[in-house]
Formats: sequence, C-alpha cells, structure tokens
Amino acid sequence: MTMRIIDHPVLGRLNDLNTVLFTFNGETLTGLLGESIAAALLANGIRTIRYHEESGTPRGIYCNIGHCFECRVHVNGQQGVRACLTPLEENMNIISGGKLPTPVRDWRANNE
Amino acid sequence: MNNAIVIGAGPAGLSGAISMAQQGLKVTVIDEYMKAGGRLLGQLYEEPTGGWWNGVKESANLYNSALSLGVDFKLSTPVSNIEKIDGQWVVYTNEHTYTTPNLLLATGAAELPIPIPGWTLPGVMSVGAAQVMTNVHRVKPGNKGVIVGVNVLSSAIAMELKIANIEVACIALPRLTKVSEETGNPLTVMNSLLNVAHMAPSQLVKMGSKLMKNDFLKKMGITFYPKKGMKMWDIPIMLRKAVIEIYGNNSVDGVILADISPSGEIIPGTETKISADFVCIAGGLYPLAELAALAGCPFHWIEELGGYVPLHNEKMETVLDGLYVAGNITGIEGAKIAIKQGHLAGLTIANKNYHGKLEQEIQDALQQLNSTRENAFIQFHPDINIGKQKLQQYWIKHQQDIKLVKN
Repeated sequence: MTMRIIDHPVLGRLNDLNTVLFTFNGETLTGLLGESIAAALLANGIRTIRYHEESGTPRGIYCNIGHCFECRVHVNGQQGVRACLTPLEENMNIISGGKLPTPVRDWRANNE
Repeated sequence: MNNAIVIGAGPAGLSGAISMAQQGLKVTVIDEYMKAGGRLLGQLYEEPTGGWWNGVKESANLYNSALSLGVDFKLSTPVSNIEKIDGQWVVYTNEHTYTTPNLLLATGAAELPIPIPGWTLPGVMSVGAAQVMTNVHRVKPGNKGVIVGVNVLSSAIAMELKIANIEVACIALPRLTKVSEETGNPLTVMNSLLNVAHMAPSQLVKMGSKLMKNDFLKKMGITFYPKKGMKMWDIPIMLRKAVIEIYGNNSVDGVILADISPSGEIIPGTETKISADFVCIAGGLYPLAELAALAGCPFHWIEELGGYVPLHNEKMETVLDGLYVAGNITGIEGAKIAIKQGHLAGLTIANKNYHGKLEQEIQDALQQLNSTRENAFIQFHPDINIGKQKLQQYWIKHQQDIKLVKN
C-alpha cells in the first residue's frame, strides 16, 4: 500500500510525478525526483534508515528538517548524509550505516 | 558582491530579502533545506475569516517575489560558522565562504524533544516531522498515530493529519519527569490550553475559558476531567493520561498509557496499551540561535519568548554592528509575525545603507508588526508582550552600560 497522499482535500492533487529508480541497501525502489531521500523511503514503507553505530539498534527519521542527524545514510559512497535534507536523484545508491566495532569496550568486557 | 546575506529562507528571511531587494540592495539567501519556506511550508489551517492559510502556497509566493526582485538563493546549503573579519561578516557553508557587511539571522525555531522509553524506535518522530512529511512531501508518517504533548502546535498538527485522512488515536501528556517538566503537568497544560480557547473548538476549552476563571475551578476542572479524554476534531485529548512507554520490536507497535493525578503522578495499575504505527513527540518550540551565539551576541533567557534569545532592539538590530535578527530566533510566534519582522529588519538594513532615509518606512513597519501581533490567531505564549518588554529593558540597560564604559 502506498503511503503517498496523491489527493489532498485542501492542498489538491499532485501532478506531473517524475518517478526515478534508486537503490536502498541493494534493493531497487522507485521514488520521486527531487523529493527527500527520507520521504522516498517512507513512501516505500521503509522506516529504519540506519542502525546505531554503537548499539546496533534501528533508527528512523526524528526531526525531518536536519537538526537531529538521526537519518544519516551513505549516498553514492559518501558517509553521513542526512536523508531528510537530500533530494533524491536517479540511480542514487543509498546504504544504511551500521554497527561499528568498539574495540576498547569489547576488550574491557573480557579483560576487566 | 552583495549588500546583505540572509541565513534562513523561512517567512522572516524571505520577507527580509524582499524588503531589501525592493530598496535596491543585492541580497543572497542561504538555507540548508532543499525548498524555500522553512517551517511555513508545513502550515495549514482555516482562518477565522474563512479560507485556508496554505503554507506551501504562501512560501511559493514569497520565494517567487524574491526571485523576481533578483534575490540570489543558495538552498541545500548548510552554514557551519560565522565570524567577523576586518569589518565584514564571513559566512562558512559546506561549499563556499561568503562575505557581507550586513547579516540577517532568520534561523527560526527548533523543537524540544521529550525523552520517553522507546523513543528511538523508527516511527517515533517530532510532531513537526509528521507535519512536513504530510503537507510538504505528501507522504503519510503512518496510518495511526499517537501524539505525546498537548500544546498549540500539536493540536494544530493533529488537525492537519486528520485532514490528510491519517488517524490520530489520541493526544496525551508525556510522563512527568525532570525533562518533561511542565509539559507533563495536567493543570499547567490545561491552563495553557485555556489561553488558546479561540482556536480549540473543544467543549472543555470553550466552556472552560468562560467558567474556569479562578484557580479553584481550574483545579476542579482537571480533577474531574474525563479519563477517556475530551474530543477535539474527534481526537481524544487526554489530560489525565500520560504516555509512559513506546513499544515495538524494530519499529513502533504502540504506546503504554497510564492514568495520572491532577499533578501528573502515575496511578499504578492503570496501564493500558494503544496500538499505533507512529508516535509524534511535541515538546514545543525554542529559538534556534546557535549562529548568534557563535557571533558573540549576548543572550537572555525569557520564558515568554520560548527560551534564550539574542539581545536585540525593536528594529531588529543586535548589539553587534551589521548583525540583525528576525523571526522565531527572536521568540516563538506565528509566521505572519515573522513576515513583518523580516520586513522591518530588511528596512533597518536598507536604512543603514542609505544613511537614514527610510525612518518613516521603519516606523510604519513597526506599527504593522505590532498590529499583526495584537491580532494574531495563533499565539504560542499568552504573555508574549511581557517577554518583548523584558527584552527592551535588557536592551536599554545594555546601552546604559556601554555609555558607562565609554565615559
């Protein structure tokens, strides 16, 4: 089921939708050219945008206007891109960030 | 070369740029968002006079006026720092560095978060995030939501979600903690709702504003407030229930609600679950003023203005030469007021450029701002005028201190 609001009782109907293909974690999806990456993902029913670097727990958008940095993704190889501020382009390759090694903590857990 | 740079393409920044361009100044507007309009973009409500205030349309009108006047826009451009070097403001962005003699900060407001167990689950977002998804991007934040935090902004956005055919299961208070403070106190929240009685077509609020004139009646009102809530636009507003936890495995599945006493304490054994696929946290707004702090502006905490605001006078000048402010960075108010503030700041900058030729225009703009404030439909704080007076007192004191130092 699409999450898009094509017809809105006050704001009217969305016209001239320019769809493009992009990939998210290797899966090919469709979105609208120029909409935010966060909107394109949510329109596809995707809420989990990244996994926390330390705990590995899933994260989605929080503020949606660039303040909170919760929606960081890798875009075409560039890290730390805010999905809520970045316009979608054709063939964008978007990847979630994931859990990173925490060697000092891991070492302590086994040795202290 | 430009005469002025505006940071923030919201209602204040756009109208400031328009006013300066109309006076013949060369202006550049920088904003990190991909569209011009700022928080105005998401706004949608029915005016008391009939007709709709459509933020998308209002933003486009302002943006197009600015473009037609030759204003230069750098959208999708985050500003990371500002500093003054050799009498010029230097603005650092992700790509280029710009310099200008006049800098207008119109950075707006940010939302206060309220931490609740489970709030990092995907599907939990600020209430403004849901507004932007729904009205600007036209994507539903979910099919059924719960809003945590009862205030002017959350009730307005609840209605916007409903217009877009998104179910709002209820609006409830957050659990009372040191962080949630007043947003978790039923009596305080009810008092603040009574102040916006005119925009809340709830029976409680409509009746309440007339009946609940004294503290005793207010206390009775919240004591006997129905546990299942009272409906506003068919959405239950729960002043006697708090969201104590958001649950779900990999995303939101629902919230746990508990009954609370009139002062906000949880009543054990009253926990119930409500299923939902998204949760909005509404902690209210505060002025987004980091850049003014980086520049070295003195700040004052003024409750009525929503937090710390950079010291400025009624013509929107800060104490730093060539640095001006407009919009919600000066205190939390509606977009119509921000537009008037931007206009005033733009004229103040142009007046400096033309060595005082625009004094009359500035007086007119001040008057327009005051009458817009008096007639504001949406008021975020009932004592906004007291807040503005406090600020002017701080300004006068600052001017006196400077004179003392000079003498």
